[in-house]
Amino acid sequence: MNATLAPAIDDAAAEHVRTPWSEFWRKFRQQKVALVAAVFVALLVVVAVAAPWIVPYDAENYFDYDALNAPPSLAHFFGVDSLGRDIFSRILMGARISLAAGFISVAVGAVIGTLLGLLSGYYEGWTDRIVMRICDVLFAFPGILLAIGIVAILGGGMANVIAAVAIFSVPTFARLVRGNTLALKHLTYIEAARSLGASDRTILLRHVLPGTISAVVVYFSLRIGTSIITAASLSFLGMGAQPPTPEWGAMLDAARSDMLTAPHEAIFPALAIFLTVLAFNLLGDGLRDALDPKIERQ
Amino acid sequence: MTRYVLSRLAGLVPTLFLIGVLVFLFVHLLPGDPARLAAGPDATPETVALVRKDLGLDRTIPQQFVRFVDGVLHWNFGRSLSTKRPVAEEIAERFMPTFWLTVWSMAWSVTFGMAIGVASAVWRNRWPDRLGMTLAVSGISFPAFALGMVLMQVFAVDLGWVPAVGNDDWRGYILPSLTLGAAVAAIMARFTRSSFVDILGEDFVRTARAKGLDERHVVIKHAMRNALIPVVTMMGLQFGFLLGGSIVVEKVFNWPGLGRLLVDAVDMRDYPVIQALVLLFSLEFIAINLVVDVLYGLINPAIRFR
Repeated sequence: MNATLAPAIDDAAAEHVRTPWSEFWRKFRQQKVALVAAVFVALLVVVAVAAPWIVPYDAENYFDYDALNAPPSLAHFFGVDSLGRDIFSRILMGARISLAAGFISVAVGAVIGTLLGLLSGYYEGWTDRIVMRICDVLFAFPGILLAIGIVAILGGGMANVIAAVAIFSVPTFARLVRGNTLALKHLTYIEAARSLGASDRTILLRHVLPGTISAVVVYFSLRIGTSIITAASLSFLGMGAQPPTPEWGAMLDAARSDMLTAPHEAIFPALAIFLTVLAFNLLGDGLRDALDPKIERQ
Repeated sequence: MTRYVLSRLAGLVPTLFLIGVLVFLFVHLLPGDPARLAAGPDATPETVALVRKDLGLDRTIPQQFVRFVDGVLHWNFGRSLSTKRPVAEEIAERFMPTFWLTVWSMAWSVTFGMAIGVASAVWRNRWPDRLGMTLAVSGISFPAFALGMVLMQVFAVDLGWVPAVGNDDWRGYILPSLTLGAAVAAIMARFTRSSFVDILGEDFVRTARAKGLDERHVVIKHAMRNALIPVVTMMGLQFGFLLGGSIVVEKVFNWPGLGRLLVDAVDMRDYPVIQALVLLFSLEFIAINLVVDVLYGLINPAIRFR
């Protein structure tokens, strides 16, 4: 995204050169909600990384048989589940799984999708036709169905769920980047680069990619939210993380039988998923508003 | 118009073919021998050989594919491994509950989603917008299975207003369709809002205002028509989302539909059922998108004559 050199006069801009970064930051920091979401996401990442060292109890192998289904207390902040495990510790460890699932799957999908989108938008012709046809086919399966199909072939487990989510992230990124590439490649600066003798590789990686990266970043953040929900849904269906793994969706599934007597077993994992996904979605919205030049015009 | 529909149909042929190949290959991608899977774990080698011949698995792959396509065209998907009944029968029984669930969810979520979206765009940055968009972003962030559990606990168990499970009468549809439609309503609201905000900034809207039309007239007659074009497309895409979402919601509410059939089939490794359902779900999705494309052509002549 190029800095839009709007005639707006602004203290910071009067002294400094406006780089895309400073421009982005100027707009992003005005969005309080997105800033809070960004801080929350950062905290989550810290918790996820540090989880094994900060959990009060072992998430899988600690059983308090005297406190089965106990409600939240000082000893167990989020209570105890039906097997006597500390829910707070399991939620913290679950953050690791959910964030990793969301991040890895979308990252893989984004890298492959962006690459395919660049190639098919830039070269058009039959490269484009083949890539887009594959995307059409992938799009023809509703996301979770594709994931279930893949899990049915490869078997359950978190790694397969991540692979499945990655596969159906590919076409969205491919389409997005292809569209941008088609629009960008006719612009004068690309033509200038080509007339200077730049190779296709240089043009694509140094000139087209930076032009489309902001759209990819926005989509990345929004997509992580969806992917976390999909991964949790598959675990909820019993196809993802297997017990005793402290995955949030699997925890909710296990809590279903005790909803009447111990609702806290369902409330905390549900809240964990909700807040995490909400943070990524709000962050994505904020990024979009900060990166989209259309917004400023209005 | 006929030409447009025909060209859309022709465009589907390669996609349908690829989907057919993928779904067909599904059986061969499964780990282990499908004939052994079908015969059961303690079948003798002779039985396995018989089953292999019976299922046509002893022929070459292209021959098997032809047989598969022929079966699909005659609505024959083989027999379920767990119940031994024809898969087509199992599906026929489960189809209507899922169909109605999807239709009801779509109906309420599109109505509410669009209403919220329009209100948010018209009163942009004022309280209806803030409230609507807060609801919408929460809606896309709350997983359906968690929402279903909460709704069931509050309205069925605690308050007892509606039955918790089952689809005996219309009241049984309330909670599952609310659960399934929530995310779609949220997406529709966000999408309608942004489409409307774009349109309200257009020159022809300014002209309409400038010539003294009252705001209601501007919104309903001028903006609505143009803003709804992308919204219709979005609706089609959301149907796929609903089909996928129904798999999760049906588990929460113990709904006797296709989604639960699929989940159970994956559990039992009942591959003929999985194969038929994956095919059915994607065909349904393609059919809906075709309908949307045709509608789109009807609303917007520019697309038709391209």
